[in-house]
Amino acid sequence: MRNTDNRLVSVLGAGVAGLCTATALADRGIAAELIAPAEAPQPASHFAGGMLAPFCEGEAAPDEVVTAGQKSVDWWAAHVPVARRGTLVVAPPRDAAELGRFARATRGHVPADPGALEPDLEGRFARGLFYETEAHLDPREALAQLRAGLAARGVPIHDGPPSGRIIDCRGLGADLSGLRAVRGEMLIVEAPDVALSRPVRLLHPRFPCYIVPRAGQRFMIGATMVERDDAGPVTARAAMELLSAAYALHPGFAEARILELGAGRRPAFPDNLPRLVRQGDRLHVNGMYRHGFLMAPVLAEAAADQIAHDLQEDIHAH
Amino acid sequence: MFYGTELQNRLFLGTAQYPSPQILSEAIAVAGSEVITVSLRREGREGAGFRDILKDAGCRILPNTAGCHSVREAVTTAQMARELFGTAWIKLEVIGHADTLQPDPFALVEAARILCAEGFEVFPYTTEDLILGEKLLEAGCEVLMPWGAPIGSGQGLRNIEGLRSMRAHFPGVPLVIDAGIGAPSQAAQAMEMGFDAVLLNTAVAKALDPVAMARAFSGAVAAGQEAHRAGLMPRRDMAAASTPVFGMAELA
Repeated sequence: MRNTDNRLVSVLGAGVAGLCTATALADRGIAAELIAPAEAPQPASHFAGGMLAPFCEGEAAPDEVVTAGQKSVDWWAAHVPVARRGTLVVAPPRDAAELGRFARATRGHVPADPGALEPDLEGRFARGLFYETEAHLDPREALAQLRAGLAARGVPIHDGPPSGRIIDCRGLGADLSGLRAVRGEMLIVEAPDVALSRPVRLLHPRFPCYIVPRAGQRFMIGATMVERDDAGPVTARAAMELLSAAYALHPGFAEARILELGAGRRPAFPDNLPRLVRQGDRLHVNGMYRHGFLMAPVLAEAAADQIAHDLQEDIHAH
Repeated sequence: MFYGTELQNRLFLGTAQYPSPQILSEAIAVAGSEVITVSLRREGREGAGFRDILKDAGCRILPNTAGCHSVREAVTTAQMARELFGTAWIKLEVIGHADTLQPDPFALVEAARILCAEGFEVFPYTTEDLILGEKLLEAGCEVLMPWGAPIGSGQGLRNIEGLRSMRAHFPGVPLVIDAGIGAPSQAAQAMEMGFDAVLLNTAVAKALDPVAMARAFSGAVAAGQEAHRAGLMPRRDMAAASTPVFGMAELA
């Protein structure tokens, strides 16, 4: 039996779910510690695009994600720098029908002239969709800032045994039934010839891709979705598909330097919906799938609410 | 009979591109599909998490070699499929062209010959070419799966007369329209023409409501099948009044 300090909360895992949860606890003044094993693999959020795009995600995600996800933009903006520049969605002329389908499958958009929003796309795409209220951030920067913010507030971050009540945010490392891994592959390039100020999604029936601008003329190009439990190196096929999609969006990507090829495993439940799961006295925040940055703040706040409620009950019980 | 298996429901569903495995499972249940096809080329052995959910659907699994461009790739993928799913069934796809996803007929026959000799029960994704169909039967296939139109195109039955000839040419062979179906009416049309089943994926998976679309396709396939069995009336060039005109009262 381990010694448990009932007023302390131990958050397991330092990916986006763990860092948001620990931050939400700290925001409420609840004593917390973050358990971050030094030898843990990079979390899936390390490879994320950092798009806060609830409406675009609604193309495949249920309304829960669209509705809850909208709250996360403000949450992030209260903690880290967020670019509120919206999302632009375009399709190659040959696949223009995809744009109509995407428009019908989502809300929160207006028709847009891509060249008017992103001058670099002038003359390349006649029509687009603009999701004005969406936003993006740099995921690695954001995770580092949350971590620094916790340290600054005196939240211990260590890889020793947990000593409080547990919120398990370890993704695929958690002992939770129903979770599976969905492989995602991405690239980071430096493209001096390309200027984009907001995430751009290129629709394609077989090789959809999104491009998220980052500081220093860098761009994240993502991401594949393969039903495969494998974080091994990016395949040539994935790299070719993503790069040719990027090139179709902007020929300037041909001269880009590839800085990184990354692959991660997204934890997902059968309905691909992130959620809280109560398992005995342990609370799980898991199944972030491709909605980590979008849904982690929402689940983190819900988890912190539950813990605050539990702590209150304990006080009354004693 | 599909390799000795009698199937009531003649809508075969693909399992790719759904919003989630749960929605896929619901679509399969609502359609009442008895056969689902599963790709392996990209997912490999590490795709067990997804496959386990599919196994729970309780359908007969028809693994496929989608994404294979050569005989060797297709044969290797088929062998892995047999091992992972414990079935001899294999939907054989050997793609000739990455853009049209048109089958490579030469590699298809060669791969079919190898797999049939190894005891596989091969469902070849083919065109409506009659000679190619004969060569596939000769190789040991007992089912043929002609395309309606290129994969994912939703164009329906692009060469209706060719498909009609194929149906007439292979009277006793189970023929499954595989690929290119975009609307339930097209699936119904295929069944009315006497095809034995329809296999589709994108039209359901990428519908705004995949579960409702699965139900729509299931109804269409059943209606087309029943209509074919019931015997469709022939087309006529002239109107044929359904009540006799002769002997009508003259009231003027």
